Parts: sequence; C-alpha cells; structure tokens
Amino acid sequence: MKLIKSIIKPFKLEDVKDALSEIGVEGMTVLEAKGFGRQKGHTEIYRGSEYTIDFLPKVVIEIVVADELCDKVIDTVVKAAKTEKIGDGKIFVLPVEQAVRIRTGEQGEEAL
Amino acid sequence: MKTLPSIKVGLAFFLFLALNAIGFAQNNETDDSAAATVAATSENEDSGSSDVEEKTDDLSPGNTAWMITATALVLFMTLPGLALFYGGLVQSKNVLSVLMHCFAIACLASIIWVAVGYSLALTPGGLGDDARGWIGGKSSFFLEGLGEDSMKDDFPESVWITFQMTFAIITPALVVGAFVERMKFSAVMLFSALWLIVVYCPVCYWVWGGGWLGDAGVIDFAGGIVVHATAGASALTLAWMLKPRQGFPNNLKPPHNPGMVMTGAAMLWVGWFGFNAGSAGAANGDAGMAMLVTHLSAATASLVWMFIEWKKTGKAGLVGIVTGTIAGLATITPASGAVGPMGAIVIGACAGLVCYFACGFVKEKLGVDDSLDVAAVHGVGGIMGTLLVSYLGQTGILGGQGISQHGENGPYFTWSEQLSVQAQGCLAAIALSVVATFVIVKLVSVLTNGIRISEDDETKGLDQVEHGENGYTLN
Repeated sequence: MKLIKSIIKPFKLEDVKDALSEIGVEGMTVLEAKGFGRQKGHTEIYRGSEYTIDFLPKVVIEIVVADELCDKVIDTVVKAAKTEKIGDGKIFVLPVEQAVRIRTGEQGEEAL
Repeated sequence: MKTLPSIKVGLAFFLFLALNAIGFAQNNETDDSAAATVAATSENEDSGSSDVEEKTDDLSPGNTAWMITATALVLFMTLPGLALFYGGLVQSKNVLSVLMHCFAIACLASIIWVAVGYSLALTPGGLGDDARGWIGGKSSFFLEGLGEDSMKDDFPESVWITFQMTFAIITPALVVGAFVERMKFSAVMLFSALWLIVVYCPVCYWVWGGGWLGDAGVIDFAGGIVVHATAGASALTLAWMLKPRQGFPNNLKPPHNPGMVMTGAAMLWVGWFGFNAGSAGAANGDAGMAMLVTHLSAATASLVWMFIEWKKTGKAGLVGIVTGTIAGLATITPASGAVGPMGAIVIGACAGLVCYFACGFVKEKLGVDDSLDVAAVHGVGGIMGTLLVSYLGQTGILGGQGISQHGENGPYFTWSEQLSVQAQGCLAAIALSVVATFVIVKLVSVLTNGIRISEDDETKGLDQVEHGENGYTLN
C-alpha cells in the first residue's frame, strides 16, 4: 500500500476530487496548509506599512491505495491539478505499513 | 499569581471611591452652592464665555429628544464602533483583548465620571479660589443634587451628564490603539482610570467647563483639543514608554479582519453625527450644519487618502480609505461649529493628505510603535482642525459661520489672533497629556510590576494569556 500525498493549489481541489472519483478512488483526507516553493509570497500594504506574506495557501490531499493503483492515481492528480504555472504543487509517495478499518477491524488492503 | 493584579486593581478602585465618598461626606456643601451648580453648568462652547447664571428655561422637547439621541450615537461610537475598528486591525490572537479594553474602559469611565469626573470637568467652582480657572468644583461629586427636573439650558441635566459621559468614555478608549497586543489588562484599567481624572477632566474644564482656554476664546466645538489632541499626545507618550511590539517595524502582521475595521469605521462615521451635531446642544441650524460639514470632511478625507495610496502603491485599499475617514472626522471635530461645507471639504482634503504621511512619520522617523496610529490620525487631525478653524471658520471664508469675538458681541478675532489662542490650547493640552501620561505610567508600572506582558505571553496572544478566551473558536 502507498500513501500518496499531493500538495495542490486550493482552487483545484474539486477538479482533483472529481478526476479521482472517475478512476474509482472515493476516499481521501484533505488538509488546509500553507507553504511555498519557488512561488514566492507577495506584499500587502496597510496604512503605508508593507507586510510581506511568505506563505501561500495550499491544500494537501492524502490517499492510501494498493500498490497497483499508485501510478494511475499520480497521473490523474497531475493532470487535474496542473495549471502550468509555478506553484502547482508536488506529489510524494510513502510506503504504508498497515491500514485498519475502525468499524469492522479489517486490515491490510481490505481496509482501504 | 494571576489573581493578584485583579485584586490590586479592584482594591485601588474601591479605595478611590471610598476615599472620595468619605471626603465628600465630610465637606458639606451649602445648599446655595449645590443649587447654583445644578442650575448653572452653562458655557458657550464656541465663543468661550462662561457665565454662571441661574437658568430657568422651559424644557424644549425637540432639543431634549435630539440630545438623548446624540448621546446614544456617541456611545455607539465606542460600543461597538471603536472596538470593532481597532479589533480588526490587530492579529486574531489579540482581537478579544481589544474588544475587552474598549468595553471595560467604557464601564469604568462611566462610574468615574459620575463619581468625580463630571463635577471636575464641567461644573464651576474650582477646588479653592485659586483653582477656579484650572479645574471644576466638587459640588457635583456623586451627582449630588441632581434631580429629574435639573436642567442644563433647555434640556435635562441628566441628559447633559450622560452626553458628556460618552465623550469621557471614548477619549481613554482611543488611547487603546497605542498599546494593543502588549499591555497588561490590570495596567490598562489603572492607567485609564487615572488618565481620565488627571488629563481628560482638566482639559475638558479648561475648554468647555468655564476654564481659562474657553475664556480666552479657544474654539473647540466637539473635542479637537479635549478628545483628539489629548488622546493622540498621550498615545504617543505611552507607546514610546511601552516600547514596540515584537516584529516592529519590518515584521508586523497585517490587520486580521479588514471587514471588521470597515464596519467599525462606518459606525464611527454615523455616530460622529451625534458627536459633532450633538455638541450644538440643540436641535437647530448649528446642529444641522455641523452634521453636514462632518460628513463632507469624512468623505473628502477618505477619497484623498484612497487616491494617495492608489498612486503610491498602485492599489486602492479598504483599510486605507477608512483610515482616511477617521482622519477626516477627527480633523473636522473642533471646527464643526464654525466652518461651512466648502471649508469642510478643504479640511477633509488636508486631513487625508497630512495624516497619511503622519502615519509613516511616526513609525519610520520617530520609530514609535503607536500601533493603530492614534497620534498620527487623532492627534495630528485634531490639532490640525483646531488650527485650521482659525481661518476657515471666519464669516465670508468658504461659508464659515464665525470665529470667536472680543466680548459678548464685540468684533471678531482676526484669524491670527484666533490661531494664537488655538495654538495655546493645543500646546497646553499636549503638555499636560505628555507629562501626566509619563507620571501615570511610572506609577502604574510600580503597582502592576511592569505594564508590559512578557515576550512569551506576547507570542501566545493576549486573548489566551490575559483573558483566558479565544477570539475565534472555529471547530
């Protein structure tokens, strides 16, 4: 099993969710985050004073899938989240040791 | 340890009240002076004469109704206008503390006002003959002798007391802007209480209560000197003594809720109709004109600030435009009884222009963290308006209604004569504000073991640390 962690621009969340739905991925966890990479922050001005805002709002989508689905999920997220501008985000893949469905106690891939 | 400051503050407050009550009970005023005080709290705000006469005017329902309404409008300026205006400008972790400061000061100032403030600020007598030009008397301490039938000109004295109370409430509340995000609540309470008595009441007496400035012909229709200059000068002094917030000047956080700032500013604008037009003391042409000029100054200053910001930064901001509004309102305040509509537009333009650059001056050149620009907006604005009225208030100048006169119906002051007394008034108010603030802060520092919170607490935020609450519990 793999944990696929996608950091994307917030307004792309609906597109990514819909695209994942189409390939059969129905569950996910979404976190609101802030961060930056090469996309720098910006400056706001109030009453003549400048305020530099380094962090930009981002959304993190976490999905755990069976190994075979991993590449397909990555392609889907990339296609749905891309705007071809700096700040589109990144995807990280981590191995998952165990998964458990709390309601039934199922473990492993059956829990996904 | 956390409860100690509140005990000290509470004890100080009750001790103060008790001492005054005892002192008052021991000095029995004669019936004559009590009656004279109740009947004779009259002065002419814009001409400065202070005749102590027996007034037995019939009650004017129109004036009474308007003054009651104006009182509500001015209270609305503090609760919640100013609270929201200031609240939106700070970081979210401190918003509750700012709302608390405004609210608690409003309550505290109310009690102090009826205990000693009104008497010292607006009734004649002096605490002894030598003090007659400098401070009011004690015959209205605890509003002794006030009844339903007591009159101030042709409306009830109870209304007058309450109307003036709302001014005594908002003035210390204005100073809050200087010390947000870093001052202990106990220190805020102690400072505000002492400041009201030692700074506001004397200056109020000097200008409006029959004191030496009013006598000299100073024009301060609704509080350019009494409210804005005192608050501004004191704010600057206090901010300087407190030292800046973490992150000043280059790493500050922007206002957490510009919408709240605008809401507050809008309430201040509307309420200011009560502040200025109510200072006419009647439902008449003076009030009507005061309202009109107030509005025009606000609108003009807002636009001027907006255009300056647009030109300098490329964008027209909301926080900027509403700051311009407040600058315009503060600047017209002393002049609202004397200038005409076109004069008000000139005043508004000056306000937007000068206060914009004053903000930068205080932060960058003086290096003082007057966090919400009390000195740059209220102080500079109030003083500027007080000086500008010398010229723009003259009859024949852009619709001016007339400045001070020599004697009851004598010749008008020349604009330079007027400017001279206006400047005297400003300087006197500033001097008292600065010196008294300095002394009060030193005293309060001792009582509260330092008026500033610790670095750690400043990082955590006052809402949690001083008030045990969260401004926003989302989820």
